[in-house]
Amino acid sequence: MASKNKRLLWLQSGGCGGCTLSLLNAESPSLFTTLADIGIELIWHPSFAEQSLDEAMHLLQALADGREPLDMLCLEGSVMTGAAGRFHLLPDGQSMSTLIEQLARRARQVIAVGTCAAYGGISAAGDNLTGATGLNHSGNHPGGLLGGDFHAAGGLPVVNISGCPTHPGWVLETLALLASDSLKASDLDPLGRPRFYADKLVHHGCDKNEFYEFKASATAPGQMGCLMEHVGCKGTQAHADCNSRGWNGEGSCLTGGYPCINCTAPDFADPGHGFFSTPQVAGFPVGLPTDMPKAWFVALATLSKSATPARVRQNATRDRLTVPPSLPKKNKA
Amino acid sequence: MSRRILGPFNRVEGDLNITLDFADGKVSAARVTAPLFRGFERILLGREPLDALAIVPRICGICSVSQSVAAANALSALYGISPPPNGLHVRNLIHAVENVADHLSHFYLFFMPDFARTDYQSQPWHAEVLSRFQAQRGSAVAPMLEARAILMRFMGSLAGHWPHTLCLQPGGVTKVVSAAERVRLQQWLRSFRRYLEQHTFGLPLEAIAALDSPAALAHYRAQAPKSDFTCFLNIADSLQLHTLGRSYDRFIAADAYTAPDGCWSPAGLWQDGSRQPLALDDISEDNHSSWLAGEGPSTPLHTDTVPLPDKAEGYSWSKAPRIAGTAAETGALARGLLRGESLLQSLVQAHGGNVLSRVVARLTEVARIVPQMEQGLAALQLDDVFQLATPTQPQHSQAIGLTEAARGMLGHWVAVDAGRISRYQIIAPTTWNFSPRDSQGLPGPLEKALEGVEASDPQALQVQHIVRSFDPCQVCTTH
Repeated sequence: MASKNKRLLWLQSGGCGGCTLSLLNAESPSLFTTLADIGIELIWHPSFAEQSLDEAMHLLQALADGREPLDMLCLEGSVMTGAAGRFHLLPDGQSMSTLIEQLARRARQVIAVGTCAAYGGISAAGDNLTGATGLNHSGNHPGGLLGGDFHAAGGLPVVNISGCPTHPGWVLETLALLASDSLKASDLDPLGRPRFYADKLVHHGCDKNEFYEFKASATAPGQMGCLMEHVGCKGTQAHADCNSRGWNGEGSCLTGGYPCINCTAPDFADPGHGFFSTPQVAGFPVGLPTDMPKAWFVALATLSKSATPARVRQNATRDRLTVPPSLPKKNKA
Repeated sequence: MSRRILGPFNRVEGDLNITLDFADGKVSAARVTAPLFRGFERILLGREPLDALAIVPRICGICSVSQSVAAANALSALYGISPPPNGLHVRNLIHAVENVADHLSHFYLFFMPDFARTDYQSQPWHAEVLSRFQAQRGSAVAPMLEARAILMRFMGSLAGHWPHTLCLQPGGVTKVVSAAERVRLQQWLRSFRRYLEQHTFGLPLEAIAALDSPAALAHYRAQAPKSDFTCFLNIADSLQLHTLGRSYDRFIAADAYTAPDGCWSPAGLWQDGSRQPLALDDISEDNHSSWLAGEGPSTPLHTDTVPLPDKAEGYSWSKAPRIAGTAAETGALARGLLRGESLLQSLVQAHGGNVLSRVVARLTEVARIVPQMEQGLAALQLDDVFQLATPTQPQHSQAIGLTEAARGMLGHWVAVDAGRISRYQIIAPTTWNFSPRDSQGLPGPLEKALEGVEASDPQALQVQHIVRSFDPCQVCTTH
């Protein structure tokens, strides 16, 4: 049985480890039980593996040389390419980016876990002095460490499970599909993200949908109203199923009372404006839903604002429900 | 003399290499290397002050909320506001969940698996420890993860998710708790308490918090012979873990868990058995051995972060924080000492900070925090506000935000100019604990703790026990 398991190596580089910690939030069953159930042997992970020091180095080298087979490589964190790799060195003086490239060219499937590994993410924000980049994207552009035309030995490009952090379900379901060879190139969106979560928008299932419909907007985080118009929320543009799949049981950024910052997008960390404010032109948000004609948005927003029920308008700027929905009027006899 | 470079250390958060010099079979010098640099102090520059709330949690996936709390504290001071009581209580609950979850992850996933290794197969306890604590496979792992996930539902409910929440704001929290939600939160906390009392401790949490002396700890082992904590204490006895990893015995902590009636875990400096105030003006950063521009000590608000990967004296991306020119250890043990816990004071008085006392401090803190969380939940006044509005402009041009991550003192020093962040310096717990040598040649606390260790084989597990006893977080260290 054991020989049928897919051998997965997980590495971390220029990131925070948060995608691994988020993975530990997996429930029913928990992480290691799930991995065993879906036929994956975690041959080494920096946070969980027994082998340390020389043993770990020998294993990594054997995998990089092809002396040991490697089915799946997960990278968490950006690849640090600046200063000839000096921003992340292994104990033997080799740059981590070199080892990652060797392993990626051996593995049957290569998975970028998190926005950093996929596109560079927050580690590539600002002046990016460290040359942080993704595996086969650099920001929105194909390229990165491996080049935009990279395909792993198994035929797929890098599978980009973007998100900052990733939801444990995104990672485990992607790994399960890969382990059973049932994820096809057509199951990935143009940015390499699994469509099962990236073809949804954060807006779908948002608690605040009624406020959105009537453009009844909050003016600060923590208020009940829609956070799109004034508070920087990008849920209508953000590709993820955060509001139809609970985080830590029942949460999402929006149920937590704060805006979606579109953390599955390559360039989310440099939005060009404050995270808690929405740039506007002529009183309308600049970042409209991507596939909605602007004139229609303006017309509908104007119309819906004029039709906003007092209940929705009043609740929008409160921190909790103040005016409840009214009961249906009794039939007149 | 011989020299060995050890790494990569795993089952620590982030990347870590250590160079050991040996003479006469003992470690004569240790140099601790943080080999990864990302540059968050630069990524923050030029942004609006509140944007720090989106950037800093992403420094670290395991101390994410602690980074948010430090930033929120700095921004509260910068904007001149304080959260209302409900805001403080919810902030403390979110913070406590992370702290407790981190302590359990450390114990069950990072630290204990070393005792299940074949190096110890001749020990009488090995078979049992192998079956319970083997990395990933031990029978204790899945129940801990299930219990941890239930506790983490607090994060879904109160913080949206974990890690990387934006719910912690300078004026409080963005989430209002309803009566029905509080019922759910209380039920999750009861479930988590049951797990701790059945598996981790084998006794009510209050009985663990009441352990006030080494004698009481010895008695506890007889009372709860099957508990995970007892399992560790038995191993510690057998391997004399109290003789491993002593450092400077100078401990620092910041105020943490500030509630309307004061803070539960007070700041201070613990040295020679007595408590002194924490003098923030005495804190400096030294870049002598860092691959960073600059040399001798400078205060955080006057320190820049400019990488120099080829700097000849450099051997780590970490800076060397010092207090009044001395190195200090931080973490759960420091917090417990400063809270006046007599068990920890006795352990430190006898053998200093070491592998045993650091782990005992972590686990007994878990037993103390959960009842604090229960009280915090009960104290919420559900009809009152949870947040005050953040003023449109900062009231001050610079501020300091301090708190305690699971691993110890965390500080953010921020300056703004023309409405933008002009300097943001972070000193994280493991920056203190795993700092390199400073310009005076003074080793950091782990470097000190490794000196004198008898290890004919540099891969020997006692070196790893010492390293992991600090529960290092290397992504925070260099940020």
